[in-house]
Amino acid sequence: MTVKYTEDHEWIRVDGAIGTVGITDHAQEQLGDVVFVELPEVGSTVAKGDASGVVESVKAASEIYAPVSGEIVEVNEALVDAPQTVNSAPTGAGWFYKIQLSDPGELDGLMDEDAYKAHAGD
Amino acid sequence: MTESQDLKTTPLTALHQRLGAKMVPFAGYLMPVQYPLGVLGEHRHTRAKAGLFDVSHMGQLRIDGADAATRFETLVPGDIAGLGEGRTRYTQFTNADGGILDDLMVTNAGDHLFVVVNAACKEADTALLRATFGDSLTELTDRALLALQGPAAAPALATLAPAAAEMTFMTFRTMDVDGIPCFVTRSGYTGEDGYEISVPADRAEALAEKLLAHPDVEPIGLGARDSLRLEAGLCLYGHDIDTTTSPVEAALTWSIGKRRREQGGFPGAARIQGELANGTSRRRVGLKPEGRAPAREGTEITDLDGRPIGRVTSGGFGPTVDGPVAMGYVETAFAAEDTEVRLVVRGKPLPARVAKLPFVAPGYKR
Repeated sequence: MTVKYTEDHEWIRVDGAIGTVGITDHAQEQLGDVVFVELPEVGSTVAKGDASGVVESVKAASEIYAPVSGEIVEVNEALVDAPQTVNSAPTGAGWFYKIQLSDPGELDGLMDEDAYKAHAGD
Repeated sequence: MTESQDLKTTPLTALHQRLGAKMVPFAGYLMPVQYPLGVLGEHRHTRAKAGLFDVSHMGQLRIDGADAATRFETLVPGDIAGLGEGRTRYTQFTNADGGILDDLMVTNAGDHLFVVVNAACKEADTALLRATFGDSLTELTDRALLALQGPAAAPALATLAPAAAEMTFMTFRTMDVDGIPCFVTRSGYTGEDGYEISVPADRAEALAEKLLAHPDVEPIGLGARDSLRLEAGLCLYGHDIDTTTSPVEAALTWSIGKRRREQGGFPGAARIQGELANGTSRRRVGLKPEGRAPAREGTEITDLDGRPIGRVTSGGFGPTVDGPVAMGYVETAFAAEDTEVRLVVRGKPLPARVAKLPFVAPGYKR
């Protein structure tokens, strides 16, 4: 299992051809209390960098950007009624969606844990 | 966030930082937007127990002179000449077009008027008052302002000022709070019972720490202040009211004195009296989205056919309502409670209804 990170503070945990996507602890801490999550449609296709959902804090809405290209195969419906899970468990139960990667090579362009820690520490 | 040399501080800035506040710029001041409890936690705590807010960025002014009240009436549509001693009132500075320059609280403190204005309009309001009152105007720049709000505010303040418990909503007293001479009103901006306490700047930190030492009192930032006032249906100047909105359009007619409606004598009276007689083309209303997506300031409001009928002026998530809430202006034909409208969020028309304000029942001690 590989975990990679984007500059926009998303993580993707890849198991075979499926990646699970969420936002990092740093991101949820910066956002503050999450009050609403808009998830992408199951079956939709996204390109790396496309907007693929929205996470709203008390103050503002932020887009979730697809870390890789592929098809959305599952979304975390639990976030609809319990958006605060993004704050309490950002890397576990607070996952946003699962994506079937169309180009696993894109993972090479993402940061590993050490690189992300350095980036988030800025 | 590090301090910028351009941002002003309040007498409580060091305290906020010690308490771990996230500090942000607001109206030229470095202010706490939230503490470690977070916006949702601070909001809920205020409605359940008591929250302490630093609102020292707001302008505090004093007007002396026997004719202060009648002269003040030349600037506002409120009944100030009839405001009894020891009473406080909400009103607005209007302009010649009948729009609103700022909203404010004015208090009859016996031998003077005590005025509190918004931080963002402080300079303009002071210039307006200076032009009207000259040397009779004193800017109280050596005072801080604290708000203690919530059902536990009265018992908490009573431990330091027993007389506070006797006050009713919208009254004013000078009193010692923990031995410190303060000006106290029983009023606020949250929809809860509570007080606003004007305290000398050099005693403010000590008073704040004493209040925070009470087990029911938590420090509350501007983030929760905004969600609390939104649920209470209270206007935020520059958003829900501005120089283009009249008090009638803004559904603030209740704050215009009866005598003033008939006699005028304030800027923009012609327009306002016309609107009182003939109605307005738009009106501020509450809006309740039917789903869970918040509709924020600037969101277009349409009718069921997609024709634009207004705009959201304040919107977000209401923690006590446990859902999105908003306020905005709609064409008067759509202003009735329960009218179905659409709010265009991220390009999608979401269902919503016009809602009565406030969203949360007030806790005032009348």
